[in-house]
Amino acid sequence: MSLVTEATTRPAENFRVTRSRRNVAWTGAGALAVVVVLAMFPYIVYSGTTAILVQAFIVLTLASMWNLLAGYAGLVSVGQQAFVGLGAYFVLILALHGTSPFAALPVAAILSGVAALPLWWLVSRLRTGYFAIATWVLAATVMLIIEKFSSIGGGTGMPLPGLAGFSPALLTAYTYWAGLAVTVVALLVIYLLLRGRLGLVLTAVRDDEVAARSSGARVGLARMLVFMVAGAGCGAAGAVLAISQLQVQPSAVFSVQWTAVMAFATIIGGLGTIEGPIIGTAVYMVLQQTLSSYNAWYLIILGLIAIFVALFARRGLWGLVDEHLNVRLFPVGYWLRTGQRSAAPSGLRSEKRGTSARATREDSA
Amino acid sequence: MAWVNAIIQGVLIGGLYALFACGLSLMFGVMKVVNLAHGDLAVVAGYVAIGVITVTHIPVLWSFLIVVPLMAVLGYVLQRTILQGALDRSVLTTLMVTFGLSVVIENGLLQFFTANSRGIGTGLALVTGSFTIGSQIQIGYLPVTIFAVAVVVLLGLQYFLSRSKYGRLIRAVADDKEAAQLAGADYRHVFGIAAAIAFGTVALAGIAYGMYSQLSPTTGTDIILLFAFAAVVIGGLGSLWGTLLGGVVLGVAQQIGAQINISDETLAGFIVFLAVLVLRPQGLISRGAQS
Repeated sequence: MSLVTEATTRPAENFRVTRSRRNVAWTGAGALAVVVVLAMFPYIVYSGTTAILVQAFIVLTLASMWNLLAGYAGLVSVGQQAFVGLGAYFVLILALHGTSPFAALPVAAILSGVAALPLWWLVSRLRTGYFAIATWVLAATVMLIIEKFSSIGGGTGMPLPGLAGFSPALLTAYTYWAGLAVTVVALLVIYLLLRGRLGLVLTAVRDDEVAARSSGARVGLARMLVFMVAGAGCGAAGAVLAISQLQVQPSAVFSVQWTAVMAFATIIGGLGTIEGPIIGTAVYMVLQQTLSSYNAWYLIILGLIAIFVALFARRGLWGLVDEHLNVRLFPVGYWLRTGQRSAAPSGLRSEKRGTSARATREDSA
Repeated sequence: MAWVNAIIQGVLIGGLYALFACGLSLMFGVMKVVNLAHGDLAVVAGYVAIGVITVTHIPVLWSFLIVVPLMAVLGYVLQRTILQGALDRSVLTTLMVTFGLSVVIENGLLQFFTANSRGIGTGLALVTGSFTIGSQIQIGYLPVTIFAVAVVVLLGLQYFLSRSKYGRLIRAVADDKEAAQLAGADYRHVFGIAAAIAFGTVALAGIAYGMYSQLSPTTGTDIILLFAFAAVVIGGLGSLWGTLLGGVVLGVAQQIGAQINISDETLAGFIVFLAVLVLRPQGLISRGAQS
């Protein structure tokens, strides 16, 4: 709105709309370099390190998906462990039929995304808190149903077949690359989705649902799509989990702790930014590794930090970084650039908020 | 006859589920807060009761007199501090904060009291005793007592909300807190009182479950929160009688499920919950039965 009125009162050449303040090519090249270096890790570092990084990839994928749900679509799901478990079980089932677990991984991810459709239909009518608990009940129900099939291990689970042919070193490397690939694809998909139409609709819905609906945004469809993508992403992470653990155990893959981990990492890192979950995952991994000998303490501490951040620093750690440096690694919104940037008055700042990218990373109050 | 027995047991356990649900329902109805830590707080109450009984050697039933007021005070304090803080920000924040609380409490219990499950007052005549009807139906004194307590609590709550001066205040604040504020009501304080009442029922539910079965750190989410929510949805949001009906339907579904296959008890309850969600999302008793 304000963009339109602005355009009529100012000379057109005085401002333009861009994705980012700095050159996107640089951050893109940087991201590519990071991925290439990470891909070479199995040749450089010990297998203990890659095993920890596989965990980090799983957490980052999960957190990014939870961020897409809660930070962009306003859907606080406490039942994402349903998809972690489904992904793991799809890999197990395919492996039991002779498929290599690595080949089964993408199929498992897609199947998890498809499975999200009927589950979405069950819970889509509910909002906020009721949606949260209903997804939790769904996850419990999915686990109880899967435990009924003794051919896939029943209540105790079973080891994942099809991995005996790999030498330990090769298996570690393949698992690592699988985890890396899943994470990169997940981040890329989220980035592209949010840059596109879907991101625009979600931002509009978050700012004002009624206005978005009346302007023709198909809110239900957008939310459904997000739920399916998150289902596929969490399924992929679950598949990597199954491969890295070499077994599938229902109480482990369907544990609500997965949702706790993804929610805490996202909240601490910064809800509603793609960068947030990355920082949150780093915090999570550091805490988990340093406190690993103290059982559940890392979760208690993470939970307390998450509560604190949710209350007092709502944009998380990335919000603090962004506030001071104005950096966006993954620009998904728009910036309004004016001719006289140095002289930009504070009023202009608030206009930017109203029109564009600024809004993208504010949490969905 | 086994089926009749299953239905009777289901109805009685439904009272316990309604007791689980009424705190959740009250907090949502008044503050629009869905407290994801609801079940874990019930477990905390149960653990406190066990602690009080072990330390002071008071009769088991007296523990209610200590734990319920204690939890009510905790409810008031929690509402006035963390929950109100979250509410002032957004609904999503309340979810994240209560989910955080849930995970912290559950893992804290796990850390300090291990994963072992523990019961309350096992050996008490009320807990172990039962009477029989005919040859097949055996009814425990405890489930009957819990059912009676649940009905009394729901009746009391209903009466309190619809008749008393404070109940009117709570309903006014629930309807429109700004308008109530303008009329001189301190809505934050009223929210605190509502939370105190809700936490009192949570304490009752936790201790009752500890007597009926066993409490462990994961009971709070796996059983209490999920069953409470299922009961609320089956019965219909915002109706206290619906909550009782929802609890009973859930209990009967579980007992019938267990009758078919002993391991399907929980699953049968959830399937009925999902069926209601799809076929009658407004619940069995729709809004309007009670504000």
